[in-house]
Amino acid sequence: MNFILEAILIIPLSAALVSWWVTPRIGKILSVLSGTSTFVLTLTLVDSKTPTALAGWLRADSLSVVFLIAVSFLYFTTSIFATGYVHKVGDRSVGAKYERRLFAGLNLFCWAMMAAPLVSSMALLWVAIEVTTVISALLVAIDNTEGATEASWKYVLIASMGLGIALFATILLYYVGSTVFGHNYDLFYPSLFGAAPRFPHQITELAFVLAVLGYGTKVGLVPVHTWLPDAHSEAPTPVSALLSGALLAISFYAILRYFQVTVLTLGPRFPRDILLAFGLASLLLAALYLAAQRDLKRLLAYSSIEHMGILAIGMSFAAPIAIVGVLLHVLAHAAAKGTAFFGAGSIVKKFGTKDMTRIRGVVRVLPFSGPMMVLAILALSAMPPFGVFRSEFLIIYGGLSSPSSAVVSVLVLLVTIAFFGLSYFATRTMLTPALQGMVSKETSWWIVTAMAMGVFALLILGLHPPSQLSDLLSRAASELVVRP
Amino acid sequence: MAALVPSTFSGIADFMAIVVLLSEFAMLRAPLSRSQIKLYSFQSMVVTVLAIFIAADRHIDGLYAVAAISLILKVVVIPAIVLRLLRDAKVELVASNRIGVASMVLISILVSIFAMVVIDGLYVHSKSLPTAALGVAVAVVLVSFLLVIFRSDVVSQAVGFFSLENGVSVASLVVAAGLPLIVEVAFFFDLLVAVVVFGVLMRVHHGRTQSLSTDLLDQLKG
Repeated sequence: MNFILEAILIIPLSAALVSWWVTPRIGKILSVLSGTSTFVLTLTLVDSKTPTALAGWLRADSLSVVFLIAVSFLYFTTSIFATGYVHKVGDRSVGAKYERRLFAGLNLFCWAMMAAPLVSSMALLWVAIEVTTVISALLVAIDNTEGATEASWKYVLIASMGLGIALFATILLYYVGSTVFGHNYDLFYPSLFGAAPRFPHQITELAFVLAVLGYGTKVGLVPVHTWLPDAHSEAPTPVSALLSGALLAISFYAILRYFQVTVLTLGPRFPRDILLAFGLASLLLAALYLAAQRDLKRLLAYSSIEHMGILAIGMSFAAPIAIVGVLLHVLAHAAAKGTAFFGAGSIVKKFGTKDMTRIRGVVRVLPFSGPMMVLAILALSAMPPFGVFRSEFLIIYGGLSSPSSAVVSVLVLLVTIAFFGLSYFATRTMLTPALQGMVSKETSWWIVTAMAMGVFALLILGLHPPSQLSDLLSRAASELVVRP
Repeated sequence: MAALVPSTFSGIADFMAIVVLLSEFAMLRAPLSRSQIKLYSFQSMVVTVLAIFIAADRHIDGLYAVAAISLILKVVVIPAIVLRLLRDAKVELVASNRIGVASMVLISILVSIFAMVVIDGLYVHSKSLPTAALGVAVAVVLVSFLLVIFRSDVVSQAVGFFSLENGVSVASLVVAAGLPLIVEVAFFFDLLVAVVVFGVLMRVHHGRTQSLSTDLLDQLKG
C-alpha cells in the first residue's frame, strides 16, 4: 500500500527530531507542515481496505482509521494553535528553549498517539500507550510551575500504575491465546480474533476487567480518573487539547480492542455490563463536578470525563447504530474539545487567569475566538447542529431500541445536568459586559484559524457527514460487533 | 494437571516468587530510601535468576536474552540512576509512613492472602510454572500499590512502580514465558524511559521544595 502507513509514522517523528535542533521559527513551520500532511495522508486511508505494512506489524482497519482521523485532525489544528499560543504568553515572550522543547514534544506526542492505532498487536499497543504517557508527563511539567510539577507527578505515577495493570491484562491475554496457539506467537489482532471463540472464559473475563481498569486510568473513567483534571488544567493549552481530544480517545481505543476479543469469547453481555458500570460512574461524577468549577480548564477536563462516560455507556447498548454513534462521538468530541481548549488558551492569554470569577465579557473582548468558544461550549453540550448532537442522538436512539432503556433515561438526565453546568459557565463569563479597561482585540490569528477549523469540522459532522465517512463508521462498527 | 507432590522445579520456582514478595514487604517498611533501592535491586536479581532457571528448565532460549537485559537494566542501571539522584539530593531519611509499620504489614498480609485465594480460584494451568507462583506475583503487584499509597515520598512511590513491574515480570514468566523477544525488549525500553521521566520529576520536585516528601503536593483539588 505505497508506504502511507510508514509515512504517517515517519513524518511526525522526523518533525520532532528536527524541531529539537533548529530555531523555533523553523520548528513551528515544520510542525504545521507535519500536522497538515499527516492529516491529509490519514484521510486517504478512509476508502482503503485494511492496508498493512512492515510485515504485518502495522495495520489500519476501519476502527484504527477512525481513531487516526481524530488524532491527526487534532495534530493538524493543534500545531496551528500552538504557533499562535507561544507567540507571546501574557506580555512576556517565552524563551527559544521552551519553544523548541514544546514543539519537539508535541510532534513526538502525536507520533506516539498515531502509532497506537497503527500497530497490529496487543503488546505493541501497550508499548505505544506507555510511550504516550511518558512523553505527555514531561509536556505537562514543561511550564515548571508548582502546579505543573504536582500534576505531572500525579499523572505519571497514577497512569503508570494503571498501565501496569493493563500490562498484566496483556500477559493474561497472551496466556489465553497460548491455550490455542501454543507458546511463541505474536499477539496480532486477526489471529487473536480468529481464535478468540476457543479461549478459556474465566481468564478472558479477568483480562478484560483488568484492561478496562488499566487503560481506563488513561481514559479517565471514574474512579481511576483522579490525575485527569490536574494534568489538563496545569499543562500548556496545546497539550491540554491533545490530552483531552486525542489521548483519552486512544486509550479508549485500547479498551475497544479488548472488547472485540472478549465479545468473541464470551458474547457481548459481560463486556457491556462492565463498560456500563464505569460509564455511569464517570458521567454521574463529571456532571456533578461540572456544576461546581471555578477553573476554566478544569471545567473542560470534567467535560472530558463526561464524554468518556458517554462513550462507555454507548458501547454498552446492543444496537449497532449506538456503536456508530460512539465512533462518531470520538471524532466530534475531538473537534469540539480541541476548539474549546483553543478558546480557553485564547481567554487565558487575554485575561491572564483561569479563574472564571475573574473572566467577564469574553464575546466582547475577543471578537472572533469569543463567539467560537460559545459555539464550542454549545457543541460540547450536544446542541444541534454540531457533530456531538448527531453522535449523542445516535447513541440514545440505539439505547432506546435495546432492552435496557432505563439507562437511556439516566443518560439523558445526567447529560442535562452537565449541560446546566456548562451553560451556567458560558453565560457568566462569555455574555456578560466586559470589564473596564479591556480592549477588544484578538490574541492571535493562528488561534482564530485553528478554532475556525474545529467549528467547521463540527458543522460538517453534524449537518452532513461525507458518505465515505459514514461508510467508514459503519464498517468500523461492524468490525466491533461481528467476527472479522 | 498439577501433581499432588510438587516437583523440585515447582518448589524452587515457588520459593523464588515468595522471596520476591518478601522483598516487597521489606521495601514497604524500609526506613531509608537507599535501602529501599537496594532491596529493589535484590528483588530484580531474584526475578532474573528465576528467568534463567525457567529458560534452562523449559529450553526457551529467548528468556536468556530477557534475563541479560533484566540484569543490566533492573539490577544495575535503574538502581544506579536513582541512587545518584539521592546522592545529589543529600536527603537521608524521609519520614513518610502514613500509618504504623505493624498496620502496613498486617494489611499487606491480608491483601496477599486475598490475591492467592482469588488466583487459586481461577484454575490457571501453566506449562512453565505452578499456579501458586502466579498468586504470589499478583500479591507482589497489590503490595506495590500499598507501598505507593502508604509511603508519601517520591522515592518510595517510584520504587513502588518499578517493583510493580517486577511483579508483572514474575506473572509473565509464570503464564507467558514464550512472549516474543521483541515485545520483551519493548517493555524494557519503556521501563527505562519511565525511569528517566521519574528521575526528571524527582529532581524538579526536589529542586523546588528541597524535600522528597509528597505531602507538599496537595495544591490541586476539586
